[in-house]
Amino acid sequence: MSGRLPRSAREAVALLRKRETTALELAEIAIAGASGDRYNAWLRVSADHARAQARAADARIKAGDDSPLLGVPWACKDIIGTKDIETTAGSRILQGYVPPYSATVVERLDAAGAVMIGKTNLDEFAMGSSNENSAFGPVRNPRDPERVPGGSSGGSAVAVATGEVIFSLGTDTGGSIRQPAALCGVVGMKPTYGRVSRYGVVAFASSLDQVGPFAQDVETCATVCEALFGADANDATTMRLPAESLRMGIADGVKGMRLGVPREYFIEGMEPGVERAVRSALKELEREGAELVDVSLPSTDHGLAVYYIIQPAEASANLARYDGVRYGLRVAGPDLGETYRRTRGQGFGPEVKRRLILGTYALSAGYYDAYYSKAQKVRTLIKREFDEAFKRVDALVTPTSPSVAFPIGAKVNDPLTMYLNDAFTLPVNIAGLPGISVPCGTSDGLPVGLQFIAGSYQEATLFRVAAAYERIAGGPMEVAA
Amino acid sequence: MSTLDRSVVEKVAGLARIALSPDEVDRFTAQLSVVLGAVDRLREVDTSAIPPTASVLPVDNVMRDDIVRPSLSLEEVFRNAPSRDGDHFRVQTVLEER
Repeated sequence: MSGRLPRSAREAVALLRKRETTALELAEIAIAGASGDRYNAWLRVSADHARAQARAADARIKAGDDSPLLGVPWACKDIIGTKDIETTAGSRILQGYVPPYSATVVERLDAAGAVMIGKTNLDEFAMGSSNENSAFGPVRNPRDPERVPGGSSGGSAVAVATGEVIFSLGTDTGGSIRQPAALCGVVGMKPTYGRVSRYGVVAFASSLDQVGPFAQDVETCATVCEALFGADANDATTMRLPAESLRMGIADGVKGMRLGVPREYFIEGMEPGVERAVRSALKELEREGAELVDVSLPSTDHGLAVYYIIQPAEASANLARYDGVRYGLRVAGPDLGETYRRTRGQGFGPEVKRRLILGTYALSAGYYDAYYSKAQKVRTLIKREFDEAFKRVDALVTPTSPSVAFPIGAKVNDPLTMYLNDAFTLPVNIAGLPGISVPCGTSDGLPVGLQFIAGSYQEATLFRVAAAYERIAGGPMEVAA
Repeated sequence: MSTLDRSVVEKVAGLARIALSPDEVDRFTAQLSVVLGAVDRLREVDTSAIPPTASVLPVDNVMRDDIVRPSLSLEEVFRNAPSRDGDHFRVQTVLEER
């Protein structure tokens, strides 16, 4: 083994089976890489925990177990609870918090024999599109360290882009997996709402949040989803559906598939280099035998407004629990009310405070109908338009983000401009659909992401078309230096 | 719909139990006014015949049997407590004696 990890779960498992490496050796490579982090992608490297998991995986491999993630090193966004390992959600208010139990997704990966290397940096409480909102400093993009990696799951995207781990987990409320995947040149996937348990994951906006994977390749993402998917008695929003192979169509190609191109996703303000890369990808998909279908989703334009009512409103309810009583930071004041206010005033960063004020305002007496109720109705319209489109097409193809990675600091003082980064990803959360971002060339040397969207529970179709495009593009992007 | 001014931001921050500095009140007032301006465009949409969507899931209530299961130990529950008094979280006086 050289000092680099294999690039996919399939390669890693093949080497492990042939006894050309061990899970412990893979874990040591990952620990060394994460410990030498140059991009502030990691908040914690849990080396002892990783080594113990790797030794257990090696014992299983020796006994003939050939599970598809057994011995594969991964990284966990620090908003996902890990038993006995500090979990901060990127916030001062949770600094030092050590969960007494693990999230269901972590337990499922533990059972699959995957080896967790540590916890990755993120925008505080997953609120952000640039990873500049972390209480523990911004994450840098390994394709250009002066630029942002996207967010909120920036650390998880970077840990995969640098090849420090083979896959990672993120959470996606409005694009927080797909957008950083696009900006870092990796694959990132958000499952259908209801596919993956959120038990043990720090809640942000509960009608929108999903956990999903990053990897360099599509097939690894599908393999991770197979381990994550399925009902959980501890999360009543998980759907009871029969287990299915998400990889079986991965070699089938796009010939005969109908791919919708929604015209509202090709807007003014999109960077010309992004549009060029995406248009050229569309041509290549057509050349491979896909039929491109012109589609209109007229309410797309209202997605941002719907999202910036529903999401902060739900966040304001979810984050009410951080009161300094049972866990987390407590800043004492002269009375209990003042203790709450100081704890939250000092514990939360500016973006979290902005959103909690916005959400509280939207839910307050006299404004509820005008904002929250109105947004829920327009949400219905957006969902209906997607449902109609999927009667005509197998999947939709769009740019993931209107821009490539932008310079650190460029948008921090202008929240609305920052929010526009998610204009193409957040409608997918509003409608609860699965979406994936796949690298699609570069613009000025920086990665561009191509987004595929499928109907609810059609992840197998999503992986099929994404894998087909990945082959057209000549395979995964080079590992970032 | 209302435009946002400092007094509204101060009042809502009070409802959300968040202490803000005067500088934060100024900044958030300006920034959230811009965001609300963008959000206000929803008024253009005719939703008179459209039902709201609270959740995209095609289910209503999810029921389970009420079975006693093991839960976290008290030690685990209190491990992260800022202040503890026996089997209680210690906080300041909520109701004063008269």
